Amino acid sequence: MPHINLSNDYPGIRSLFVYRPETAKPLNGLVQVLLHDPHPTLSAGERELIATYVSNLNTCYYCTNIHGAIARHQLGNDAGTVKQVLADANTAPISNKLKSLLKIAAKVQSGGKNVTEDDVMTARAEGATDIEIHDTVLIAAAFCMYNRYVDGLATWQPHNDELYDKMGEQRAREGYGTPPVKVSEMELTQTT
Amino acid sequence: MAHIKLNNELPGIRGLMAYRPETEVPLNALVELLLRDDNNTLTRGERELIGTYVSYLNDCFFCQNVHGALAGHYLNCNIEQIDSIKHNFQSTDLSPKMKALLSIAASVQKGGKNVTEEQIEAARTEGATDVEIHDTVLIAASFCMFNRYVDGLGTWAPQDRQFYVDRAPRRAEEGYQSSVYN
Repeated sequence: MPHINLSNDYPGIRSLFVYRPETAKPLNGLVQVLLHDPHPTLSAGERELIATYVSNLNTCYYCTNIHGAIARHQLGNDAGTVKQVLADANTAPISNKLKSLLKIAAKVQSGGKNVTEDDVMTARAEGATDIEIHDTVLIAAAFCMYNRYVDGLATWQPHNDELYDKMGEQRAREGYGTPPVKVSEMELTQTT
Repeated sequence: MAHIKLNNELPGIRGLMAYRPETEVPLNALVELLLRDDNNTLTRGERELIGTYVSYLNDCFFCQNVHGALAGHYLNCNIEQIDSIKHNFQSTDLSPKMKALLSIAASVQKGGKNVTEEQIEAARTEGATDVEIHDTVLIAASFCMFNRYVDGLGTWAPQDRQFYVDRAPRRAEEGYQSSVYN
């Protein structure tokens, strides 16, 4: 049960967005720019993978599953890549550049000062641009916020793959600004 | 020196915001709302103190000095008094409600799951509302982002702490939206 009375039955961060629309606006604006809006070089799928990877390091069930689902839809329904990145990013079927960016993201997750010149030089050697390095650090940092927000208030985080798949499909298609669908109005075969 | 070429001389997060205006907009809107909006039962000083304390726990020099100076400005405290709150808030004369909220913020800094039912109950007993608990968690979480952003890109920070104290009145007056270029 959530730590505070949210007066709605949306899951995860959506319940907090409905509870406090004032803060939802910049929080949604930030994730839209970081993960969904057109980017000079990083695909939406790559950026969603960074978000999923950091959420998994922070053991946030809701964020790992929703962004994992969005990443899958952004990558052409490729569930294998998401699973492999979470299991072992080094052997996953992703570019060396993305591997080096995930390494930077993991350092940010454990603390900003842990990012070294070597980490940055390795990413550059794999072709990463300054904007890609900047955005990787900010995506990783932002998910250290979103994950703490979602878990710190003990939001409802149903264990139901079908639910995350439906929500993820919507977000991959529409971005973050559109209203969420109520869980009770989704056609789910699994019970939550 | 910053890990990437920012093409400006601005310190801390301001250099990053000038570098990437697309992300500056929601970041500044968030901090303006969380720390400065008047439609809040926590005072600006109390909210700045939560940001300062979390930045201290994350060992981010720039953020703890910017927000420590702002907290000092609003609460009429000097640097030494703000430092003593950072080092041991339980032994200060802060209200029991603020102590309970700072304890929740410290748990969020370690990880969201560290916040316990007992901490929430203790805050409620001291008079904290649900919105105050919500905002405390979100302020603490947001500084876990801001601190990592500032340190993760290796930005520079003025080492003279008086620099931050001198700037605080103007930042308090003008707000965060105008913090990037001046």
